[in-house]
Amino acid sequence: MNSNKILKFLYKHRFLLSRRIVQLSILFLYFAGNAYGWTILKGNLSASLFMETIPFADPYAVLQMFAAGALVSIDVLLGAFLILFFYAVIGGRAFCSWVCPINMVTDLANWIRKKLKLDKDEWQLRFSRKTRYWILGLSLILSFLLAVPAFEFISPISMLHRGVVFGMGLGWAAVLGVFLFELFVTKNGWCGHLCPLGAFYSLATSKSAIRVYHYQPNCTLCMNCKNICPEKQVLPIIGKENGFVISGECINCGRCIEVCNDDALQFAFRYLPPKGKEKMPAEAELN
Amino acid sequence: MEKDTKHGLNRRKFIISSVQAVGLSMIGGLVWGAYVSEDKSSPIVLRPPGALKEEDFVKKCIKCGLCVEACKHRPNNPNPGTATLALGTPGGHKPKKSTPHIYPDKVPIGTPYFVPREVPCYMCQNIPCTVACPTGALEPNKVTSIKNGRKVLDINKAKMGLAVIDMESCIAFWGIQCDACYRACPVIDKALTIEYMKNERTGKHAYLVPVVHSKHCTGCGMCEYACVTEKPSIFVLPIHLAKGKAGSHYVKGWEKKVDVKLKPQTFHKTKKSEKSPEEYLNTEDLFNE
Repeated sequence: MNSNKILKFLYKHRFLLSRRIVQLSILFLYFAGNAYGWTILKGNLSASLFMETIPFADPYAVLQMFAAGALVSIDVLLGAFLILFFYAVIGGRAFCSWVCPINMVTDLANWIRKKLKLDKDEWQLRFSRKTRYWILGLSLILSFLLAVPAFEFISPISMLHRGVVFGMGLGWAAVLGVFLFELFVTKNGWCGHLCPLGAFYSLATSKSAIRVYHYQPNCTLCMNCKNICPEKQVLPIIGKENGFVISGECINCGRCIEVCNDDALQFAFRYLPPKGKEKMPAEAELN
Repeated sequence: MEKDTKHGLNRRKFIISSVQAVGLSMIGGLVWGAYVSEDKSSPIVLRPPGALKEEDFVKKCIKCGLCVEACKHRPNNPNPGTATLALGTPGGHKPKKSTPHIYPDKVPIGTPYFVPREVPCYMCQNIPCTVACPTGALEPNKVTSIKNGRKVLDINKAKMGLAVIDMESCIAFWGIQCDACYRACPVIDKALTIEYMKNERTGKHAYLVPVVHSKHCTGCGMCEYACVTEKPSIFVLPIHLAKGKAGSHYVKGWEKKVDVKLKPQTFHKTKKSEKSPEEYLNTEDLFNE
């Protein structure tokens, strides 16, 4: 009975737990790269070397460097291309939910927000989720004007990640700022409203293969998925029609799939709807 | 009619929200831009070997720290687990030693630098930090020389900074025998030499004083690290701060190469007048010539 409960808990949190394992493993591998000289992942999320051979780089950082007028070497271009290719073709905005260390901070803030019942709508500072695209554009303009990669100077993501790997300095203040902003000011305020890196991935990876699939006939309209989703606007099809979540703003965290008790949501490859769930039952009968 | 008003409202709403977004972006951009342009290095920051000049360096550095890891985990590290290089953190450099020494209080976050009095550069032959750089912010070609027709890494080409001596606090200039910096110098007898001077105070002793030669000094800071005085009397500064410039009108006439500098002078030759002297002097509009 007890072990059943544990198994059920694990199953209902299978993506959340996998995400934490992936996030922490990646963070630890980078940390060990500096602390113990491990060679699996060296560097940090801005640019790194995998197994001493394959370069990785942050495509958004490289884009800012272009805007700043720097001609970077082929290693970094290749690295940025590999990362961009992976997310654009396969993973979608998975960087945000499976790799980014700030995701753990903001998820913690949101969890506390719920526990402390701070979740009231009227207590929130509301502003548009499109703000991040303005910030994305602004970062490129500033990079051009100031001739330095502008977001890289203030990014709490790299401050936290670099801080864990190389030493934090006062970087914790930026991370605390994001935490408090998420907790008290706006729900999903950083990740869902402001972060230009997320905005970049939203735009770049909206055609990716791995997507959440909704099978409407199973849906009981409980709205668990919409309540848990950090980017609610990506779920307009819930209870209305079969289909993939096509918005680039979906971070592929899989929380909606976990909280669904009706088997109405699952991960699937785009253009390949899961077998037996391609069509509404009524349509299937007609054919 | 009603439809028209609605459209009008929508149009107004669209224009207003666009202008709002532009306004907010400009305010945000102002603050953000002000912060970024303030976040410049203190002018005394010392960069790793092969670094581009500062403004190009901060443009190209992706802040990955691969140079720091290469420095830390090089096989010949005399103090395993420590690195010469560190990455700039928000809040600036925190000195590791309590004794006074020079360090940059501000370094743009994530960019590599070193403070020689804390950990100097050991001038590895294979320059792991420069080679590790993925973007070209550290450029191996700047620390390369040609041997037997092939390019080889040459750390002696590095120009991280230039050692400067404070003759007043350097005890060798007092007449005390100290050659700590000279012995520590990896380019001994080229970058740092010991010169003899007569000690006029005693009349029978010699001063053995260190002298830095900028042509060979790499700025590694081994001298600064080794210096015995409380605050180092020999210390590394970026070359642009350490050096003066005489200007091209001062010429060392006794140096052979100087002839070359003098050559470009051209002499203006006036054409000889075709008129005879009397004829010339008697022309009326002499004043107007």
